[in-house]
Amino acid sequence: MTTGEPERARSDRSPWNWLLVLPIVLPLLTFLFNADEPRLLGFPLFYWLQIAFIIVGVGCTTIVYRMTK
Amino acid sequence: MNANVTELVVFAVLFLVVSVMGFVAAKWRRPENIESLHEWGLGGRNFGSWITWFLVGGDLYTAYTFVAVPALVFGAGALGFYALPYTVVVYPLVFLVLARMWSVSHVHGFVTPADFVRARFGSPTLALIIAITGLVATMPYIALQLVGIEAVLKTMGITGHLPIIIAFAILAAYTYQSGLRAPALIAFVKDTLIYIVILAAVIYIPAKLGGWGSIFDAAKAKFDASPAPGDGITLNANNQLQYVTLAFGSALALFLYPHSLTGVLASKNRGVIKRNMAALPAYSFLLGLIALLGFMAIAAGTKPVMGANGKPDTNTIIPALFDQMFPDWFAGVAYAAVGIGALVPAAIMSIAAANLFTRNIYREYLRKDATDAQEAKVSKLVSLVVKVGAVLCILLLDPQFSIDLQLIGGVIILQTLPSVGLGLYTRWFHKGGLIAGWVAGMSAGIWMLYMVPNPANGKAHFGGSAFGLANLGIDTKMTIYAGFLALAVNLIVAALGTLVFRALKVADGPDATSREDYFADEGDPKVKDLDLAASH
Repeated sequence: MTTGEPERARSDRSPWNWLLVLPIVLPLLTFLFNADEPRLLGFPLFYWLQIAFIIVGVGCTTIVYRMTK
Repeated sequence: MNANVTELVVFAVLFLVVSVMGFVAAKWRRPENIESLHEWGLGGRNFGSWITWFLVGGDLYTAYTFVAVPALVFGAGALGFYALPYTVVVYPLVFLVLARMWSVSHVHGFVTPADFVRARFGSPTLALIIAITGLVATMPYIALQLVGIEAVLKTMGITGHLPIIIAFAILAAYTYQSGLRAPALIAFVKDTLIYIVILAAVIYIPAKLGGWGSIFDAAKAKFDASPAPGDGITLNANNQLQYVTLAFGSALALFLYPHSLTGVLASKNRGVIKRNMAALPAYSFLLGLIALLGFMAIAAGTKPVMGANGKPDTNTIIPALFDQMFPDWFAGVAYAAVGIGALVPAAIMSIAAANLFTRNIYREYLRKDATDAQEAKVSKLVSLVVKVGAVLCILLLDPQFSIDLQLIGGVIILQTLPSVGLGLYTRWFHKGGLIAGWVAGMSAGIWMLYMVPNPANGKAHFGGSAFGLANLGIDTKMTIYAGFLALAVNLIVAALGTLVFRALKVADGPDATSREDYFADEGDPKVKDLDLAASH
């Protein structure tokens, strides 16, 4: 199997990909959100912050998609 | 009119509408010839961003999820909310991986994950193991969709198994005829109904219950008063590791399920997949709100419907909440959303299971020269067998058995990660090492699940996926997700096995894929179907 073709090989490598690490790691850091206070619209921190991580996920994935298209 | 009758009429009408759609779907985006797995099993491999969004969303967020996740939150609180971080983590995690899987499958005409493993590692044995793991993990999942429908029917006061048999017979008939086009078309209705119902629920119900603040306060009061150690509206010191490993492990497992990959392979290019990875979290938002329905049920004092065994069936808690809070006609719409929500994934799962059988057992071992038309015919028949099997599971066995099996399913499907997931990135592993890792991971995973008791219902084994680290001689009350630990065992054995097999100079299989295959896009040349056979 040859992998070292002389012509410019296609690849999915890009420094932008590192941005994907953020939404993978943030929701797994329980110390960030494992508390009742402060509440937002009645939601304990535990719930509203984790829901907010969805926005981080969408944002990061969208940026990586746009920048590596 | 009797409350249940109104609900039932609305439910039946909506159910009928999607059944007609299921049959009509055969004519939707009609190909010249539907008699191949690329058409019947993958809808022509030509779905754009919108169809894929509805299809994959309708596939991953199943009726069982809608029923079981809030039931878990109702019972245990914060721990049940793991479904949210799980579905936030998963998309960035697989963003690059799925694009590679799509490309290599596009070039080589793969239909199942085992097809890929067959070509990548040149090992029919490893491919068979991957295919059987996929089948075993998927079957109970299909049966569980029936549990979702049953929960809704029970709340409407309908008992007995006849309605479920009829529903699945209709589902089987249109899946047979239309293939993946049926769930793809029905998914539009399913997802639209679910969004309407849940958005209405999270606006209307809190208003009736005095706002979100008082809902959470009621839940907190309930958990504070309960003697169970693990519940609460936040996590405690002992279940944080479980929460994180369960969310991360489930995220790793999700796209290893053959049915998740079916939706991905049906899309027309890499861009569709990447755009969907950014857009699918809309469903995660929905799932987060659905999970919170469990707290609303606590605040509303909802009581689950009694099961046949005389114990309350917690899976009915959300249907019961809808019954209590919504006007009858809208409760009917909500039930239809759950019922139809069961049909879409059940159809896709049975197609995925049928494809696995056809490609990796029938074609590999029974009929090596099978034509496209023969493959399609076998898959159509097997999809019927799979559904009969799922119905029999529910009729003959305790539904709890399906729930246990599904729990095991998540742990065992994770054991295909080194071959399927890492295989997309590296050919370093030796096929023998991967098989050894699989055996070790499976054994470890099933042993750990066996060791988990469930104090709530007095079961000594298979009581959940929270494995106590105390079982390993560590003096702690902390628990960890069994699948996560089993995967670690798998990876270590696979790596050591690879080194040993290399040192002993045991022959490795040939790799039928090349580097460029992993980045190919729509319009790039394809290898003709024969490469699987050629690597014999």
